[in-house]
Amino acid sequence: MCAGEEKRVGTRTVLAGHRPVSETDAYVAQKFCDNRIVSSKYTVWNFLPKNLFEQFRRIANFYFLIIFLVQVIVDTPTSPVTSGLPLFFVITVTAIKQGYEDWLRHRADNEVNKSNVFVIENAKQVRKESEKIKVGDIVEVKADETFPCDLIFLASSSPDGTCYVTTASLDGESNFKTHYAVRDTMVLCTHEAIDSLAATIECEQPQPDLYKFVGRINIYTSNQEPIARSLGPENLLLKGSTLKNTKKIYGVAVYTGMETKMALNYQGKSQKRSAVEKSINAFLVVYLCMLLSKATVCTTMKYVWQSNPFNDEPWYNEKTKKEKEAFKVLRMFTDFLSFMVLFNFIIPVSMYVTVEMQKFLGSFFISWDKEMYDEEIKEGALVNTSDLNEELGQVEYVFTDKTGTLTENSMEFIECCIDGHKYKESISEVDGPLKYYGKAEKCREELFLRALCLCHTVQIKEGDQVDGLIGHLEHRATYISSSPDEIALVKGAKKYGFSFLGLENDYMKVKNQNNETERYQLLHILNFDPVRRRMSVIVRTITGKLFLFCKGADSSIFPKVQQDEIQQTKAHVDRNAMDGYRTLCVAFKELSQAEYDQIDKQICEAKMALQDREEKMAKVFEDIEANMHLIGATAVEDKLQEQAAETIEALHAAGMKVWVLTGDKMETAKSTCYACRLFQTNTELLELTTKTVGHSERKEDRLHELLMEYRKRLLQDFPKNRGGRKRSWMLNQEYGLIIDGSTLSLILNPSQDSSSSNYKTIFLQICLKCTAVLCCRMAPLQKAQIVRMVKSTKGSPITLSIGDGANDVSMILEAHVGIGIKGKEGRQASRNSDYAVPKFKHLRKLLLAHGHLYYVRIAHLVQYFFYKNLCFILPQFLYQFFCGFSQQPLYDAAYLTMYNICFTSLPILAYSLLEQHINIETLTSDPQLYMKISDNAMLQWKPFLYWTFLGAFEGLVFFFGVYYLFQNSSLEDNGKVFGNWTFGTIVFTILVFTVTLKLALDTRFWTWMNHFVIWGSLAFYVFFSFFWGGIIWPFLKQQRMYFVFAHMVTSLSTWLAIILLIFISLFPEILLIVFKNVRRKAQNAPFDPPMLLSYKRMENGCIFKWKPQEVINLTERGPLRILQMQRC
Amino acid sequence: MAAARRERGRPDRTAFTQQRLPAWQPLLSAGIALPLFFTLGLAGLAVGLGLHFSSGTIRELELDYTGALGSNQDCARCTNASATSGPCLCTLHFELAEPFPGPVCLYYQLSNYYQNHRRYGVSRDDLQLSGDPWGLRHPAEECWPYRRDPRGQAVAPCGAVANSLFNDTFALHRLVNGSFMPVPLDSRGISWWTDSNVKFRNPELVNGSLATAFWGTSKPPNWPCAAYLLDAGNPNNTGFVNEDFIVWMRTAALPTFRKLYRRVHQGNFSAGLPRGTYRLDINYSYPVLPFKGTKKKTKKHPDLVRMAELVVHNVIREYYVPNRLLLS
Repeated sequence: MCAGEEKRVGTRTVLAGHRPVSETDAYVAQKFCDNRIVSSKYTVWNFLPKNLFEQFRRIANFYFLIIFLVQVIVDTPTSPVTSGLPLFFVITVTAIKQGYEDWLRHRADNEVNKSNVFVIENAKQVRKESEKIKVGDIVEVKADETFPCDLIFLASSSPDGTCYVTTASLDGESNFKTHYAVRDTMVLCTHEAIDSLAATIECEQPQPDLYKFVGRINIYTSNQEPIARSLGPENLLLKGSTLKNTKKIYGVAVYTGMETKMALNYQGKSQKRSAVEKSINAFLVVYLCMLLSKATVCTTMKYVWQSNPFNDEPWYNEKTKKEKEAFKVLRMFTDFLSFMVLFNFIIPVSMYVTVEMQKFLGSFFISWDKEMYDEEIKEGALVNTSDLNEELGQVEYVFTDKTGTLTENSMEFIECCIDGHKYKESISEVDGPLKYYGKAEKCREELFLRALCLCHTVQIKEGDQVDGLIGHLEHRATYISSSPDEIALVKGAKKYGFSFLGLENDYMKVKNQNNETERYQLLHILNFDPVRRRMSVIVRTITGKLFLFCKGADSSIFPKVQQDEIQQTKAHVDRNAMDGYRTLCVAFKELSQAEYDQIDKQICEAKMALQDREEKMAKVFEDIEANMHLIGATAVEDKLQEQAAETIEALHAAGMKVWVLTGDKMETAKSTCYACRLFQTNTELLELTTKTVGHSERKEDRLHELLMEYRKRLLQDFPKNRGGRKRSWMLNQEYGLIIDGSTLSLILNPSQDSSSSNYKTIFLQICLKCTAVLCCRMAPLQKAQIVRMVKSTKGSPITLSIGDGANDVSMILEAHVGIGIKGKEGRQASRNSDYAVPKFKHLRKLLLAHGHLYYVRIAHLVQYFFYKNLCFILPQFLYQFFCGFSQQPLYDAAYLTMYNICFTSLPILAYSLLEQHINIETLTSDPQLYMKISDNAMLQWKPFLYWTFLGAFEGLVFFFGVYYLFQNSSLEDNGKVFGNWTFGTIVFTILVFTVTLKLALDTRFWTWMNHFVIWGSLAFYVFFSFFWGGIIWPFLKQQRMYFVFAHMVTSLSTWLAIILLIFISLFPEILLIVFKNVRRKAQNAPFDPPMLLSYKRMENGCIFKWKPQEVINLTERGPLRILQMQRC
Repeated sequence: MAAARRERGRPDRTAFTQQRLPAWQPLLSAGIALPLFFTLGLAGLAVGLGLHFSSGTIRELELDYTGALGSNQDCARCTNASATSGPCLCTLHFELAEPFPGPVCLYYQLSNYYQNHRRYGVSRDDLQLSGDPWGLRHPAEECWPYRRDPRGQAVAPCGAVANSLFNDTFALHRLVNGSFMPVPLDSRGISWWTDSNVKFRNPELVNGSLATAFWGTSKPPNWPCAAYLLDAGNPNNTGFVNEDFIVWMRTAALPTFRKLYRRVHQGNFSAGLPRGTYRLDINYSYPVLPFKGTKKKTKKHPDLVRMAELVVHNVIREYYVPNRLLLS
């Protein structure tokens, strides 16, 4: 935008604080763009041209524009108004919608751009709007604020010149990252000091890679050679990340606005298109072919017919000058275009606008739903895109996160074990003593509890303005931490008498069981990282003893402790993991002063390292955390969300396959899966984990063996899966698959060995045959990989991802439908999702009720639109055979124009918003109903053909019925005759009444609004016709319709004919309904949801999960019995 | 504060937002559907049969006076006469075996005549026909080639529809006591009231004369006389408000069409046409066999140009159906 392409190469020079450093250096002022973020598409000035351009890029709009232009240029039967007006209407409505959305974006931009930041100018703190920051400004950022632009980190309030940052909104990693201030400026942590800095920064021009940065800072001190320091990514604070656990920092802006790395990384969410839209496009092609063939037939027939000179130019009807002079080929071409124009209404322009309106308005029902409103967070569901409403009714695969989605992500300390002795809080007594199962030595107990109190990064926040995780409210103090586990542990320790009181001047205060306050000097924190998967603290007691406390996952602690201590604890840990608890092991070691000095030196060296700092630190930590003593283990429960199990069961019963993708470890995840009934007791589990595959170098071979074995087993059980893979499930053993991250990456990215390249297909075959799949130890990207893999399988099933954390964002974006949980891990997921709900259980209503209804509604809408336009235009086509193929329109121009936008639009819109062919309660409680619409059932070719034949039949009835009527000479009582416009009006009246009544027949849910629009539309049609024919319109050249309608209704025979023809047109439909009813009655089903005609029969799509043994003999008795049994 | 936030986030609880509006949910059970269906079916059947039989019992007599080549009709000579020889008179005799109760309508029918051709249908100027003084002298573009005469004078009424006005005239006589007595034919009220009183108006009289009002315009080329001479003696039926003209101007829907010519409901014939012998005098001038001399062609395509018929049609005022009589 403001950075020209030529500036992308080379470097930029930035003056810190805009102070010239020396007169000798010629400093060429470079122009940088300001710090404004622009995500909006339009401005007030370019809105009209730009929006019009974008709208006409859509193929449908372009088509109508062409038709309109043809009408303007060529002499066509209908006036340009007939297609111009609907087009104008569509374009206007869309423009208003897009304008409104852009206005929202403008508002969001403004919120960011106008937010307050503090800039240091002349040693003073100046409040500025964020958009006013210029490159070179020195910016002050306080704790928990986000950085307003990309900054070079100059100074920090913490003495070691570091700060902690989370980049959750950038890359989804929510852990804290340490950044380092420039070494020579890190002491300048006051306004005055930082203002005295004179420095230039040379760095590369902005590039999108978040982890790369190369630069150099030259610091000028009076009369000395400037000091040059190199700058790396660890010195760069990125816009969008948040400062944590550091009071304040100073930085100089280097990249601003649209040049920040975040803005360069920002890609608009890719447009997700629903399956319905694809069907619409396919139908559109059919209708386009129909249109072209109609026009071709008419043109050909016209010239065949005109080969007789009498037909070509009878004496009473001479050709116009233009016709006489035009070349034959040109005339044929314009004739073809004219026929196209005459029949163009067969492709409904208003369908797009009705579909858009239906989606937009319909999505409100989701956000309004009070059953999806959560009292706790005081929020309901959120709809970010309305384009996918109907896709919710088509889901086949559900990918769910575990922590925070299936579970609450509110940890509770359950029990611990010290030296193999189990300590569990008795539930009966509140705050009561512990229930001991044997007792460890007192000093070991205390050591364990002290370790819990000291080994963490929990902070205490006074007051009630809390941002983040709420741990405990007492004395208006709250524990906050990035990890809910730590809070649970600290709170757990408190129950046993040791409470953490906070960190004060490097001293951690702990209140012990005797209500005495102990003070420990915090020397070092060895931060958690996902590779080591443990964290440690080094503290000095008041007596001068040095301790290292370490906690971490069992697999990462056990190798680091004395092997003889493991046995007892391991048993506990395993049992706890089986119960679904999250376990952590605690270890310690005592350090001598000498040892500590050496460690201190190592850590400081590593911290100061300029290259490979991370690796060096990791190595030092690895060395330090060795030869420890195991004290015990803790078990923390992550409670299942309410109704998680019921929801999963319902999703299963609805024919969806649920996959759990989690970063958690296998045992915990597995037990959660059992708890939420993803796996049943009789489910046979196939494991593809490091445990089964092993660590050895032969693991690829072993993996190969396993894959082959599993496939063989599954194929044996599913001998011929052509007979309906869904049914075969209920007859056979159920299988569940467990796979972990490392094995998955082995499968997806095998080594060069060519024999293993087909692992992926074998794996996929196995996956698709399992009812439930659990993927544990997944990296965020792997989650997305799995979703993409399933998405691209044959038949491209509709996938849905649901998650709450930043690590789920990638899979939420990848899946067809992304659902965010408004969880405790921030708003990242819900912001990137298509729909956000407060709880996992809301998925049930969202899919089973809303999704089902929206699908049925929109499918009906689409079919109805094609149908009503087919029977609208067919009589006009037939009329050509009776008017010498002269492109004479059957209907008046007003009728042609208003048919789709006035007479028949509102009833179908109301239907598509309000219809509930089955009650919401029934839909929610009966998951099987969901399967009736699976595989886009209502928009397949079969129902489409049904509707098309219906439309064609009705069109024939309309035309030939009225044709027959006109064989009578006198239709009015005194022998007066009707002309061609009366003919068209009679056909049109029958048409409007028939298509409206057809919709009335389909409507199962008659609210007052349906009554109003259906009867209102018909009344409006009658009223309009009287009005339109009642006045000599001065702007019309011909008063064709003058009193045509009024004369029509005075004729009794016309009345009878209209009624009769409407009845005949609806006859097949009524017949079908009655026939279905009778048959259903004969089957004597106690519960029968009203079926739509285009509903799928259920035989092929039935899973019976709950009582499989009963189902076996049900196949021949049909679907209704199944529903019945389920009721028993 | 907390309460306000609570209110803002909480969704409305109205029946509409919860999709719980009270609704009528018609569930067609067999018990209701079957009787309903049969009742509807029977009603529809009754209406249909009624329509069918009533139209079948209409007394209708069709008289083909085209005089196709080779027929021994009196009118055959008119067909062969050249167009320039002026009007040709011919007669047709027919018997009514049973009386036609009145009022009886006379229609003329043309076949294979495309009044619904688009080029033909638009070739008219409703502004001119509404008596607009400016419109009278400035016919619409669509009227071409019947817009201005070679001298540049506006054609009134302009356009192909007006130019091709059906101009055969008929007179009906009944044999009473050995001599043919004329049957009075009423030409009033054969067009829509709204047409002859609102849509079609003559230009305002100049000096009390319609002819002067039409000064400076030219008659349509096919017409023998100017519009103001259509029914010169009757100021309410001349010019643009001539009912035969208005009937013609309401273009027919299909290529075979009938148009109301006259009604019989006066004098001795107010009860209809009694049994007896009738004579129809035809002033034959409308060219329905346009390509004279191309005998083969017309034989080859007998359907293309078939006949002009006089249909005598009777209508009962309350309900139009029962008897139709065709004179042939």
